[in-house]
Amino acid sequence: MMMIFGIPAPLLFGQLLLGLINGAFYAMLSLGLAVIFGMLNIINFAHGALFMMGAFVAWILLDQFGIGYFPALILAPLIVGIFGVFLERTIISRLYKLDHLYGLLLTFGLSLVIEGLFRNAYGSSGLPYRIPDVLQGATNLGFMYMPNYRGWVVLAALVVCLSTWAIIEKTSLGATLRAATENAPLVQAFGVNVPRVITLTYGAGVALAAFAGVLAAPIYSVNPNMGSNFINTVFAVVVIGGMGSILGSIVTGFGLGVVEGLTKVFYPQASATVVFLVMIIILLARPRGLFGKAA
Amino acid sequence: MLGFTRSQSYAFLVMLVLIAVGPFVLYPVFLMRVLCAALFACAFNLMLGYVGLLSFGHAAFFGMGSYVTAWTMKFWHLDASFAIALGGLTGAALGLVLGYLAIRRSGIYFAMITLALAQMVYFFCLEAPFTGGEDGIQQVPRGYLFGFIDLSNDMTMYWVVAAVFLGGFLLIHRIIHSPFGQVLKGIRENEPRATSLGYRTDDYKLIAFVLSCGLSGLAGGTKALVFGIATLTDVHYSTSGEVVLTTLLGGLGTVFGPAMGALIVTSMENYLAQAGAWVTVIQGAIFMICVLAFRRGVIGEIANWRKLTL
Repeated sequence: MMMIFGIPAPLLFGQLLLGLINGAFYAMLSLGLAVIFGMLNIINFAHGALFMMGAFVAWILLDQFGIGYFPALILAPLIVGIFGVFLERTIISRLYKLDHLYGLLLTFGLSLVIEGLFRNAYGSSGLPYRIPDVLQGATNLGFMYMPNYRGWVVLAALVVCLSTWAIIEKTSLGATLRAATENAPLVQAFGVNVPRVITLTYGAGVALAAFAGVLAAPIYSVNPNMGSNFINTVFAVVVIGGMGSILGSIVTGFGLGVVEGLTKVFYPQASATVVFLVMIIILLARPRGLFGKAA
Repeated sequence: MLGFTRSQSYAFLVMLVLIAVGPFVLYPVFLMRVLCAALFACAFNLMLGYVGLLSFGHAAFFGMGSYVTAWTMKFWHLDASFAIALGGLTGAALGLVLGYLAIRRSGIYFAMITLALAQMVYFFCLEAPFTGGEDGIQQVPRGYLFGFIDLSNDMTMYWVVAAVFLGGFLLIHRIIHSPFGQVLKGIRENEPRATSLGYRTDDYKLIAFVLSCGLSGLAGGTKALVFGIATLTDVHYSTSGEVVLTTLLGGLGTVFGPAMGALIVTSMENYLAQAGAWVTVIQGAIFMICVLAFRRGVIGEIANWRKLTL
């Protein structure tokens, strides 16, 4: 058996892949947080709950309506995104004139409500979601066996993250968005309906979380706590990366997933805390985060 | 009286009477729970209400205080006074370390950093052998206070908890109304100006954070002694969220708000205990209502309505 640093290669690559998968979720979630924060100046604490909601919507679509995985991958983000638009219009938009902390508190309350409702309806033991037939099985890559579904998750996450980056950085829609982030009144004066842009940004950020939730459904069991388990780590990821750059969130997300995976191989006891340790080092060395702008 | 305004003096007297009469009307163990939550919320309010920094990780200090008191009572058979004091010191020491890291950022980042650091403490407690993992530290004896006061009696314990709460409450009041507290309020209102006046704002923030964490640890330690148990719930982030809710509901930046909030939130948990997960839903809904329509909180609204300082 091939060994690397005294570790069997399949184990090392296996953990690396798991790390990449966690990293894919960190990247998608922190990306959504960064996009929402850029436009709304609100940290969306409900992001984890909406991620969980995405997974549940996919499960319900399959269980109640027999709608399979791939349609759900489009439908669930759409449904949750519309729910997000509704939330922004009815509740969140009332807070823009207040201190940013109220946005955090409101969305925290929102996440309690959403998680509590799902816990009441479905319990907290978790529901299984089957991997679609096309993605069953594993592929021999020569140095390891890769479960197809896991490869698909990493690939899909990369494509979605990079498309988001491309839309924001390379299209005229993205240019409007970035301009509205910099100076909303001026953009409004040019005839852009800024409140609508804000609403749609929130909807899109939330849809991104729901997409991640559908991807996560077959890997983790679908349960009401799946979002809050992730979101605390994602906050650390956001602090490490800084919310200044889209590409920065993607790189930081995947990078920290890999670091976590490697820690699992070499020092498993620290794998849950390593992201936070990285955060401490970053806070000491570069408080504004790796890609953050100077305050 | 004690530096209180006239209206605050009356409110303080009302509170004293309620604390004195309470255990003869209501179940003392329930009231002790309220008092511990109230001290915790008052300590939290020192940070959010007077320095303007939202810590989303105060459960770490509350929980570690709770663990240390429980552990030293159970295995070292310390005097109750020492064990509670150790709980407070643990909170303060942990606050010094985590605060040193967290005050490098402010606003929303401060909230996220404290949340993440507290999550690290949670994972530590989950893994560390001394916390007993999922079981927690159970069957902690209440022991003796100063070597001769037996705390196993609920009424005796109640007066001790009431004394700890009042001590913490008055200490916080003293801090807020000291020159130090005035500087804190100055930092809250306009940090660059405070800096330009020559104050080392980071030092002030850190000292306030350590005081707040120490008192949170004290609250946690007292709670562990009362209920004879320290568990992962004490360090879980839902506890951090709960203290934010308590303070917000009672009245942010008011002297009596956190205590009022603790009474409401604890009663709600007590009477809705059968409702299971609905408690979370109701708490979340109250959170949202508070933020949307009721930002002054109960005491803040009363103060505003009667034009008083409370």
